[in-house]
Amino acid sequence: MNGKYKKVAYYPGCALEGSAHAYSRSTKAVGRKLGLDLVEVENWNCCGAMEVKNIDPKLQTYLSSRVMSIAANEMKFDVVMAPCNGCYHNLKKAEYDLANDPDSVAVVERLSTKAGHETYQAGDIETIHALDWIKHSIGEAGLRERVKNSLAGLKVANYYGCMYTRPRHIFPEKDQGGDSESTLEPHYMDDLLAAAGAEIVAFPLKTACCGGAHTLSDSDTSTKLVINILRAAELNGAEVIATECPTCHSGLEMHQIRAEKRFDIKTSVKIVYFTQLLGLALGLSPRKVGLHENVSDSLPLFKEKGLA
Amino acid sequence: MPIHEKSLIRPENLHSQENLTIDGVDVSGHWSTFIEPRVVTDYNENLEDEIAALPGGEYIHRCWQCGSCTNACPVNAINPDFNPRFWIYLVRLGMEDELLRDKDIIWQCVSCNKCTYVCPRDVAPEGVMKATAHWLELKGHRPKSPSILFDEVFSEQVFATGKIEEGRIIRDFFKRTGQPLMQDWLVEMVKRLLSGLPLKLMMTMGLATLFRPRTRGWGPARAAIEEYVHEKEAEQRRALGLDGSAGDIE
Ligand code: SF4
Ligand code: SF4
Repeated sequence: MNGKYKKVAYYPGCALEGSAHAYSRSTKAVGRKLGLDLVEVENWNCCGAMEVKNIDPKLQTYLSSRVMSIAANEMKFDVVMAPCNGCYHNLKKAEYDLANDPDSVAVVERLSTKAGHETYQAGDIETIHALDWIKHSIGEAGLRERVKNSLAGLKVANYYGCMYTRPRHIFPEKDQGGDSESTLEPHYMDDLLAAAGAEIVAFPLKTACCGGAHTLSDSDTSTKLVINILRAAELNGAEVIATECPTCHSGLEMHQIRAEKRFDIKTSVKIVYFTQLLGLALGLSPRKVGLHENVSDSLPLFKEKGLA
Repeated sequence: MPIHEKSLIRPENLHSQENLTIDGVDVSGHWSTFIEPRVVTDYNENLEDEIAALPGGEYIHRCWQCGSCTNACPVNAINPDFNPRFWIYLVRLGMEDELLRDKDIIWQCVSCNKCTYVCPRDVAPEGVMKATAHWLELKGHRPKSPSILFDEVFSEQVFATGKIEEGRIIRDFFKRTGQPLMQDWLVEMVKRLLSGLPLKLMMTMGLATLFRPRTRGWGPARAAIEEYVHEKEAEQRRALGLDGSAGDIE
């Protein structure tokens, strides 16, 4: 158990205030249930998502550094938690670049000074994902003790997407053996949901790409990539795909519909945030975990399983 | 002998004979296909330097052509013509004409970083794809791709207010690319979303589109970012031997 993660700065990011509201709602509800405190980063800004780097990568570094600067320098936190893979990835990337690339440091210094806030220095804060947060504070044993409504009999495929593990060099704490996360075959979500009783199915496309960066600008490519993921999950017997990224989640939801409309390919696997599944297992109601805010309608399945 | 990556050879340079006898030896079948040699004189000797001058292209010189990037690439799995290894080869040799044959698909890289993960030489091929796509547009070889238009719509909002609002991004993007907003699948998605939502939440979401979310006191950050963007644009245009004046991302 890691006491360090009991109270952390919380960076929701833009998607969790919009299309992924259910992820934010269920993350907070699960935190409350587990006795973990989240304090939202004050007056935060967008991390740059997947787009700003294509205008200029160092601007993305600056945007992410501002968020870390507020959490570390103004709010005095040692840890900032981001449930969105994009935010998590960008903060990690900024951390790496600021520790290793003098040009990035110079740009961030210049922009921070002009913008009127303290310049973030590498090492001032530790960025973690929602998966790290639960895994290293409560852990599987702690979850097992707290489960009220076991997910037993629910077949789940865990989908991690791209930005949680790639590129490897920005995640120095991964692939370190022991309890560390693997970049080739990530397992934290598998571990947590298995502890909540779920039956985890084999899923070779765990870190496949959903085409999230081009979901609207090259929709056919995204749809084809998503079809592979949905089908692989179904072929392995999954009833639910658990997600831990708002872009992946809405990508799967959108292109499941688009595959049906444009390619006449129908899949019925449900798409749910892992925090929603954990919440249900901890005894929270479907509404408390925001099931009604998903596009993919999983409520009938959970009713059938006695989970809702 | 089967010809490796046959699709990369110009079809007019490939010659196949059903039956072929050379010097009295029947070489029909496996040995019946020939590639016509050609002389290339129109190299662009600056091509690699130009790509390397754009963000993401910095490490292209490290490539040793192992092909791991192409092998790992999900877009290549959908379209075999999408071939990062081959494009890196062409850029390094300066074979601009060959590269231009694929100018309309290079932007389709989805930034999954599978290539960067497997590359044994730390080329960061994902960055090279972005730099190459950017180069094609800066040089006027093709209009801005939907991908860069999306990046611009998105970034302009972030630079202006510090945050984005997804509904506005979608509307602005469809407008800028001249597409109707009422795509059947988007409409269906909104329908399914609304069917589960209580009225209160719908109102909150509606209000978010009226009152743009913004970071307080963002003005100085915005000014600093915009100044930096203009400097970078001028720098890139100089590196590519373009007019040297600052372009605009609008
Ligand atoms: S994986 Fe790296 S070294 Fe190998 S061909 Fe691709 S860019 Fe070159
Ligand atoms: S980042 Fe682009 S080039 Fe690299 S594997 Fe992914 S889609 Fe292919």
